[in-house]
Amino acid sequence: MSENTITFEIDGVEVQGTAGQTIMQAADVAGIYIPRLCAFDGLEPFGSCRVCTVKVNGRFQSACTQPIAEGIIVENDSEELLELRRNLVDMLFVEGNHFCMFCEKSGNCELQALAYRLGIAAPKYPYMFPADRNVDATHKDVFIDHNRCILCARCVRASRDLDGKNVFQFVGRGPQKRIAVNSRARLVDTDLNVTDKAVEVCPVGAILTKHVGYSIPVGKRKYDHTPIGADIEANKK
Amino acid sequence: MQDTQDLKRVVIEPVTRVEGHGKVTILLDEDNKVKQARLHIVEFRGFERFIQGRPYWEAPVLVQRLCGICPVSHHLAAAKAMDLIVGVDQLTPTAEKMRRLMHYGQMFQSHSLHFFHLASPDLLFGFDADVAVRNVIGVAAAHKDLAVQGVMMRKYGQEIIKATAGKKIHGTGAIPGGVNKNLTIEERDAFLKDIDQMTEWSRGALKIAKDYTVENLEAVAPFGSFDSNHVSLIREDGAMDLYHGNLRAIDAQGEKIFDQVDYQNYLDYIVEDVRDWSYMKFPFIKSLGVDDGWYRVGPLARVNACDFIDTPEAEAARKEFMAVTDGKPNNLTMAYHWARMIETLHSIEKIRELLEDPDLQGTDLVLKGDRRPEGVGLIEAPRGTLFHHYKVNDDDQVEMANLIVSTTSNNEPMNRAVSKVAMDHISGKPEITEGLLNHIEVAIRAYDPCLSCATHALGKMPLTVRLVDNDGNEVAKKST
Ligand code: SF4
Repeated sequence: MSENTITFEIDGVEVQGTAGQTIMQAADVAGIYIPRLCAFDGLEPFGSCRVCTVKVNGRFQSACTQPIAEGIIVENDSEELLELRRNLVDMLFVEGNHFCMFCEKSGNCELQALAYRLGIAAPKYPYMFPADRNVDATHKDVFIDHNRCILCARCVRASRDLDGKNVFQFVGRGPQKRIAVNSRARLVDTDLNVTDKAVEVCPVGAILTKHVGYSIPVGKRKYDHTPIGADIEANKK
Repeated sequence: MQDTQDLKRVVIEPVTRVEGHGKVTILLDEDNKVKQARLHIVEFRGFERFIQGRPYWEAPVLVQRLCGICPVSHHLAAAKAMDLIVGVDQLTPTAEKMRRLMHYGQMFQSHSLHFFHLASPDLLFGFDADVAVRNVIGVAAAHKDLAVQGVMMRKYGQEIIKATAGKKIHGTGAIPGGVNKNLTIEERDAFLKDIDQMTEWSRGALKIAKDYTVENLEAVAPFGSFDSNHVSLIREDGAMDLYHGNLRAIDAQGEKIFDQVDYQNYLDYIVEDVRDWSYMKFPFIKSLGVDDGWYRVGPLARVNACDFIDTPEAEAARKEFMAVTDGKPNNLTMAYHWARMIETLHSIEKIRELLEDPDLQGTDLVLKGDRRPEGVGLIEAPRGTLFHHYKVNDDDQVEMANLIVSTTSNNEPMNRAVSKVAMDHISGKPEITEGLLNHIEVAIRAYDPCLSCATHALGKMPLTVRLVDNDGNEVAKKST
């Protein structure tokens, strides 16, 4: 065991990680799934959605940003945390216009899959049905449907850090916060390419490749048979 | 304008709702004579606005929200329009046949549901039989086999929908230019296993509908009946084709008003009239004008309009049907049931044909062509011709959608049927009983409109009847 090895505990199970890892990274390697939406492998942690909230020595922390430390006691799969995550996912649902029954991302959508995994049948908060969200379909190959954006900033980070382009940024604050392209321009005015990472990483049906639609039949979609997080849990020894 | 002052008003209104809803208003004078009877249907046209700005490939899935009763018909009509939008005039054999299988599955389950659950109580027990018996539970008690058959036939059709569309409701199977899956050997064999049974039961249901009509012809013939034009899609050789064809319109005597019309030009032939007392429009045949141009769609219109049916048993049944009216179109409202069961048998014959076709296991599923700005998709839905018309902008967003659903085409005919029955059966009666009011429902139900007053699946007629005078004061109220 190298001196970089850090030993700690998640839900009573001993986990070993390497110095510099976040709790989420170490848990992933150990095959313990911590729910998440804004975090994405290969992107800088962002810590905005709070779905990965765990308790570290009794205090709430986001697992995607919190580094591991020797001997910490992490609580992940408790009823209290599950309820907190349900509430967060619930709020994301009612804040936008998410109509799973006809959304082409259905079955491949992380928000939907997470709701299923957390056992949310229908949101308990009232739908807000925002009327100010539009669709930008000006680009030849890609479109954005702001109705479904959950402001996770994956596209912002991917465009900036992986594509080297800065196509997406946030504008506005609080409830008015929105994803914009090159500050309020149209998608067609950017140098976005359909093969960009920024297009691929959107967890929901907000940034989509055009003309793909429903080409994957029901039954063959990513989460039709396996719940979200199953790939991580497969790492368990 | 008819003078409606000093008249009493009877309103038949459904309490429970399914998709859209309707109510019947009957105006009575002091002697309880019917002066006017109207069916008002609230049609949800929100979809046409809602789809604006959405990407075109969403339409076939999104449009299924429009109707919980026959979503597959909307799915396919929209997909057919979108085929043209993506520049595809002819699908691959696998795609075309998968869609047809989906459609015949839908036809089979919808017609079975209607016949066994909604129509058979009236036919088996009589229109004014005790309402406690005259329902699907009553059918289950008195004719156990029939009730079971109804459930199993519906299920068979739904399983076909699931195997072709991915889900029983809100499937995604038909995509612009094709389909997203084929049929596996296992799926095929599961359907083939039960097909003989389904065919047998379809023959039985057809016999009930036929015997009922023929044996009660004297009572059935005038019931809510009237001469009308009939509109249907027709194959190029004149055969019935429920999935695709050209438009044909015939008059009450069977003379052609137009024939083999490419439905891309439907606007040159069909116009929609608006009336101040109804939310639902009244389509009519342009060349005949608003007064004479109204027409019927659905099973009756299709059996009347086609030259032949291309499956042997349904064709034999069609000949028997046409013989009753000496080969002329049958204009009886109650003949819808018989025609509907001919189509049920035709659908199961078609399903067998398709299941035995190896093209369903093909892997060429989608084609692509050059994008076009506009497309019209028509299909013969269980309740009649369904029109979907879209314009799509250069950014791939739907700019305009226009739909004519079959219940809209049958709006004027249903109003005529309601008027006729009200005049014949309610006018001048001292007391309006539940049985009498059911006569009105029976007439509406023959058209199988997608509104809740036509469904009393739970065995209770969902009606509130209000007697209201012309100032809107309630004179009496009756709930069943
Ligand atoms: S568009 Fe997608 S990736 Fe970008 S912030 Fe919204 S949800 Fe996240």
